[in-house]
Amino acid sequence: MTLEEGASMESSLRARYDRTFSGIVDAILKMGSMIEEAVQNAINSLQNRDTALAQEVVERDAEVNALRFEIEEACLALIATQQPAAGDLRAVIAAMNIVVDLERMGDHASGIAKTVIRMGDQPLLKPLIDIPRMAKLAVEMLRGSLKAFVDVDPEAAQAIAPRDEEMDFLYRAIFEELVEIMARNPQGVERATYLLWTAHNLERIGDRVTNIAERVVFMSTGDVEELNV
Amino acid sequence: MNEDNHTPKIKVLDLDFYYGKVKALSAISMEMHEHEITALIGPSGCGKSTFLRCLNRMNDTIPGTKLDGQILIDDMDIYTTGLDPVDLRQKVGMVFQKPNPFPQSVYDNVAFGPRIMGLVRGHVDEEMRVEASLKQAALWDDVKDHLQDNALGLSLGEQQRLCIARALAVEPEIILMDEPTSALDPIATLEIENLMTRLKDDYTIVVVTHNMQQAARVSDMTGLFWLGELVEFNKTKQIFTRPEEERTEAYVTGRIG
Repeated sequence: MTLEEGASMESSLRARYDRTFSGIVDAILKMGSMIEEAVQNAINSLQNRDTALAQEVVERDAEVNALRFEIEEACLALIATQQPAAGDLRAVIAAMNIVVDLERMGDHASGIAKTVIRMGDQPLLKPLIDIPRMAKLAVEMLRGSLKAFVDVDPEAAQAIAPRDEEMDFLYRAIFEELVEIMARNPQGVERATYLLWTAHNLERIGDRVTNIAERVVFMSTGDVEELNV
Repeated sequence: MNEDNHTPKIKVLDLDFYYGKVKALSAISMEMHEHEITALIGPSGCGKSTFLRCLNRMNDTIPGTKLDGQILIDDMDIYTTGLDPVDLRQKVGMVFQKPNPFPQSVYDNVAFGPRIMGLVRGHVDEEMRVEASLKQAALWDDVKDHLQDNALGLSLGEQQRLCIARALAVEPEIILMDEPTSALDPIATLEIENLMTRLKDDYTIVVVTHNMQQAARVSDMTGLFWLGELVEFNKTKQIFTRPEEERTEAYVTGRIG
């Protein structure tokens, strides 16, 4: 084999590697948009008391889980067959970590939907104000973190952390308000608890997004830093 | 012992090397320590084998070569202190890419070095040396009943371990390996790699390899050579997970080279 043949083989293997990894990135984005939809539908089902929609959210979580394993499998195959190193290795490891967090976000969305199903036709304890805000924030943060992943942009990832503080602030406010309602009105405890679960699920989604942001920083710089401590 | 770990076995200071007018190595400075395996990686023609051969003055035999800078072994400059290159090469053994046993018996291959170096004190001593070297090279169990057979009848992996035994027989302190497994199958490669990790307890090992996974598996330190320069010299773990230099990143991820 001449050097030139060697070089051209190498660059086409490199191209194949890049193609495989960009397939993994696409699948992660797809998983992200499935989560977005799940969160939005879960909150819509809560607002509109639509148990059929809630049921759909619960059922579709299986698709998210399946995609997680598919992506993990692809990452394993890439590691086993191509032995990535340095930035490539960090990116594959980040991808494997990110799909775990995405899958868990799916579980949280599904958790909200299950609460909606459990509520049945009990009326809402109070009009929803901050919970839809939290959901909107969760979706924006998720989108931002995945964009930072695709762009390999550590600064954009670091900018996610303050938004999670907003999320925690909203959660705290909802928590205090609901505790106050429960203290005043013991009959409302069950319905208040449903809303508390919902808010808690959204707050956890924010934490998962922060994990993704941390993985993006690691992937881009090799630094392991805890955002939003 | 602790002190040994801090005093470099080999210290290279601002080394330049020329083939005629062509500068093959430029301003190389690095230290190699006892009980460590140092791997040198880089594309073909980057100077890593030239560098390796500077460490035991093998390039002296090539006419028109010139070397500036210093190479110290145990704090002694190997080029200026009037050291006999033959004595140097006893201390700094070498194993080559293709196994190159002499067309003689297994026994004589190993005994050859100690004999011509005048290290042997009688028959029993010679036999003990041969046995010890073959054991160190993890070959004794395979050849102990065939010591008088021709070495060329051994498998390639066994031949390479024989060459390592031959290098060990003259009691070196440093072993240089120039792509020691590139002619071997994966199993024989693994055996040599296992052997290397055992040998580092007693020797300082410097290995040139084209196999980056090999460098990642066996070495403690890795240096990347590029167009005659040492681009990065760092802990192996760092080179393969978060290299400091962009050219290292590009090389270990297969973007250049």
